[in-house]
Amino acid sequence: MIPELGTFATILALCLTLILSTVPMIGAYTGNKLWVDYARPLAKGVFFFLSVAMLLLAYSFQTDDFSVMYVAQSSNYNLPWYYKISAIWGGHEGSLLLWVWIQAFWTLAVAVKSKDLPIEIVGRVLAVMGMITAAFLMFILFTSSPFERILPNPPAQGADLNPLLQDFGLIVHPPALYMGYVGLSVAFSFAIAALLSGRLDAAWARWSRPWTSVAWAFLTLGIALGSWWAYYELGWGGWWFWDPVENASLMPWLVATALLHSLAVTEKRGVFKSWTVLLAISAFCLSLLGTFLVRSGVLTSVHAFATDPERGVFILGMLVFVIGGSLLLYAIRAGSVKSESTFAVSSRESMILVNNIIFTVACAMVLIGTIYPLVMDSLDLGKISVGPPYFNALFVPMMSLMVIFLGISAFSRWKETPLQLYLSKLWLPAILSVVAAVITHWIYSQSIEPWVLLALVLSYWIVFTWGREFISRLRHRDNVIKGMTRQSRSYYGMMLAHLGVAIMIVGVAMVTIFVEHRDARMAPGDQIEFRGYTFIFDGAREVQGPNYISDMARVRVFRDGELYREMFPEKRLYTARGTVMTQVALQPGFTRDLYIAMGEELENGAWAMRLQFKPFVRWIWLGALFMTAGGLLAASDPRYRKQVKREAAQRQQVTE
Amino acid sequence: MRKFWIFTPFVAFIAMSVFLFKGLFMDPSKLPSALIDRPFPSFTLPSLYEPDRLMSELDFKGEVALLNVWATWCPTCKDEHEQLNKIGLEEGIPIYGLNYKDDPQLARAWLERYKDPYTKVVVDQEGRLGLDLGVYGAPETYIIDQHGIIRYRHVGEVTEQVWQELKGLMEIIAAEEEA
Repeated sequence: MIPELGTFATILALCLTLILSTVPMIGAYTGNKLWVDYARPLAKGVFFFLSVAMLLLAYSFQTDDFSVMYVAQSSNYNLPWYYKISAIWGGHEGSLLLWVWIQAFWTLAVAVKSKDLPIEIVGRVLAVMGMITAAFLMFILFTSSPFERILPNPPAQGADLNPLLQDFGLIVHPPALYMGYVGLSVAFSFAIAALLSGRLDAAWARWSRPWTSVAWAFLTLGIALGSWWAYYELGWGGWWFWDPVENASLMPWLVATALLHSLAVTEKRGVFKSWTVLLAISAFCLSLLGTFLVRSGVLTSVHAFATDPERGVFILGMLVFVIGGSLLLYAIRAGSVKSESTFAVSSRESMILVNNIIFTVACAMVLIGTIYPLVMDSLDLGKISVGPPYFNALFVPMMSLMVIFLGISAFSRWKETPLQLYLSKLWLPAILSVVAAVITHWIYSQSIEPWVLLALVLSYWIVFTWGREFISRLRHRDNVIKGMTRQSRSYYGMMLAHLGVAIMIVGVAMVTIFVEHRDARMAPGDQIEFRGYTFIFDGAREVQGPNYISDMARVRVFRDGELYREMFPEKRLYTARGTVMTQVALQPGFTRDLYIAMGEELENGAWAMRLQFKPFVRWIWLGALFMTAGGLLAASDPRYRKQVKREAAQRQQVTE
Repeated sequence: MRKFWIFTPFVAFIAMSVFLFKGLFMDPSKLPSALIDRPFPSFTLPSLYEPDRLMSELDFKGEVALLNVWATWCPTCKDEHEQLNKIGLEEGIPIYGLNYKDDPQLARAWLERYKDPYTKVVVDQEGRLGLDLGVYGAPETYIIDQHGIIRYRHVGEVTEQVWQELKGLMEIIAAEEEA
C-alpha cells in the first residue's frame, strides 16, 4: 500500500508540474495576472507531494519492505538504519527521485524568496523550472520508478547496499552535489525567462547572482566531498582520478565559476550580456549532460550504475529538448543584445574576460577528453582512453595562468586601469611571494622541487596581492576596525574563496610531489620506518560487524621512540554480496596524513600492506571549504535584497 | 557574421548528441581486442604444473580452445570457477589457463581445492603477457582456434549464458576449418 501511495504522490506532483510549466507561462504572455499568480502555490504543491514520495520511500527502506524492487536491490535487514536512509540515493531510481526533490526544493525557494521581483518574471522562471521537473518526473515514472514491486513472491532478504557506498561520505556527497547541480537550474531559468521576455537587461544578472553563488558553493562542497570519499574509501590514496563521472561534475563547476564572475560584470557594467546568458545556459546543460553520462552508462567508469539503453534514449531525448531548445532560443534571441557601456583593454572587465576564457577553455578541454574516447569508438577508430597525463598537462599550465591573473586583477578597476597602477602595486607582492616561497620550501624540505616552488609562489602571490588590496582599502578609513566592518559581505566572500584557491594549490602540489608510500609484506612483529615514523604490524584478527566480517589489523605507530598512535586498517567481507572491501586506517593531520590500507592475506598471518605518508592533503579540501564558505557568505549579502526592493519600487512607479 | 557565430553552440551540441546516441548502443562488455584474428602473442613463460618447463604460444595450437585469464586475488574468478569446471571437466572442452599476476603457490593450492578444469596453465607473474594481450583485468576469456589465432574475447564472468554463446562460436569455428 505504502509504495503505491508513493507512486501516486509522484503522479500528482507530475500533474502539478505540467500545470506549473504551462499556465503561468501563458499568463505571462497574455498578461493574465491571475494565471501567473498560480505559479507560487503550484511550486509549493509540487514540493509537498515530492516530499511525501521521499518520506514513503524512506519508510519502505526503514521497514525492510523487500517487495519493493529498489529496496530489495539496495538494502538488507542487517544494514544499519542510517545507511537505510542514504540507500535511498544509493541506486539509479532513488538518486533520480532525490534529484527531482531537490529541484522542487529550489523551485520552492525561488517561489518564497522572490517577493520583491515582478510577478511576470517569477511566473516565467517558475514555469521553466517546472518544465525541468516535469521532464525528470516523466523519466522516473516511465522508466525508473523506485516504487516498483516484485510480486507475488518478494525476496526474504535484500541484496544489500553496495559496500563502497556504505559510508558517511555517501550520506552527504550526493545531496550536496545535487544541490549544486540542480541549483544551477535557477540561473538557467532566469536566463531563459529573460530570453523569452526579450528583456535581457542587467536586472536578471542581479537576480541570478545570489542563487548562482549558493549553487556554486554547494557544487564546490559536493565535489570536495566526493574527492574526500574517494580518498579514504577506495583505498588507493588518490584524491582525483579524472574519471568521466568526476569530470561530469567538474565541467559545470568550471562554467559556473566563469558565470559567477561574468554575472558581476553584467550586473555592474551592463556588458557581456549575451555571453553571460550563454554561460548560465551552459552551466546547467553541463549538469544535465553529467547526469546523462552517469545515468546512461554511456561511458564505462567505476561509477557506472546502470547500463540500460532505454533509459539512456529517454534522457538523451530530454537533453536534446532542453539543451537544444535553450541553445536555439539563445541563438534566435541573443543576437540583438547591445552592450550598455564600453571598457578599455586594461580594465577589470577584461580581467574577468580572461577569467572567463580560461575557465571555458578548461571546461572545453575536459569535455573533449571525456567525449573523445566515445567519438573514436562510434567512428570505429578503436577503443582508446584519455588518461590523467592529458588532463594534467592541460590543467596545470592553465590554472597557473589563471592564478597569475587572479593576483593582477586585485588592483584592476572598472572601465580603465592605467598600466602604471598595476606596476606600482604589483612589484612588491611579486618579490615577496618568490622570497617567501623559497624560504618556506627550504624550511620544509631543505631542497628545491620546481613544481612545489611554482605552487608556493602562486599561492603567496594570491595572498600578497589580495592582502595588499585589503590593506589599501582599510587605509582609506581613519580606523582599522571601522574599515573592516565597512566592507560588504560579498567582498569578504570573494576574499575567502580566493584564499581557498591559494590553500588548495599548496595541498595539491605538496601531496603530489612529497607523497611517499611503501608496499610491503608484513608478518606480525615486522616494522617499517619512514618519514620519521616507525610502523609495527601486530597481526590481524577476525571481527564481526553488523553486515560484514572483517580482518582487522593493528599497527602501532612510533615517533621518536614513543608510541604515537594505534591504527586499525580492515579488510571487510560484506556477507550479503560476498564483496571484499578495504577499510583504510587514517591518521589525519593538518600538515600530513598517515594512511594504511590492507592488501591481500599472505601465508603465516602476513599481509600485503600499503603505508602512505601524504603531506598537506587536507589542504585540498580545506581550500574547497573556504570557497564554499565564500560563496555562501557572498550570497547572504543584504545588498541583493535591498537593491531588488528599490528596483521593484521603481518599476511600480513606471507602470503606475 | 555575429548571427552566424551565435548558432555554433547549438550546432556543436547537436553534433555531440549524435555521438552520444551511438554510444548508447555500444556494449561495454564486448571490448574488441586489437588482437582479434591475429596470432596469439609470442611468449616464453613457465608452466604452473611443472615450473621448470617453459611454455610458448605453440602450446596453444592444435585445437579450438578457450583461454581463461584468472588469478586467486580475483573474486569473480572464484564465482566463475564452477562454470569452468563444468565446461572443462564435464563437457571436456580444452581450457588453457593464464594465471595472471599471481603467486604460483597460491594458484596451485586453489586448483587443488576447487578442482582443476585447465589442460595447461601458463604463469604470467609479471603481467607481461597480459599486457601484450591487452587484458583489462581478470577474468577474461578468449577463443583461440587450432592455428593459435585469437578469434573472440569476452570480458568478465563466464556464466552459463555466456558459455552457450561461446560454445556456438567454437562450433562455427571448428566447422569452418572442416569446410
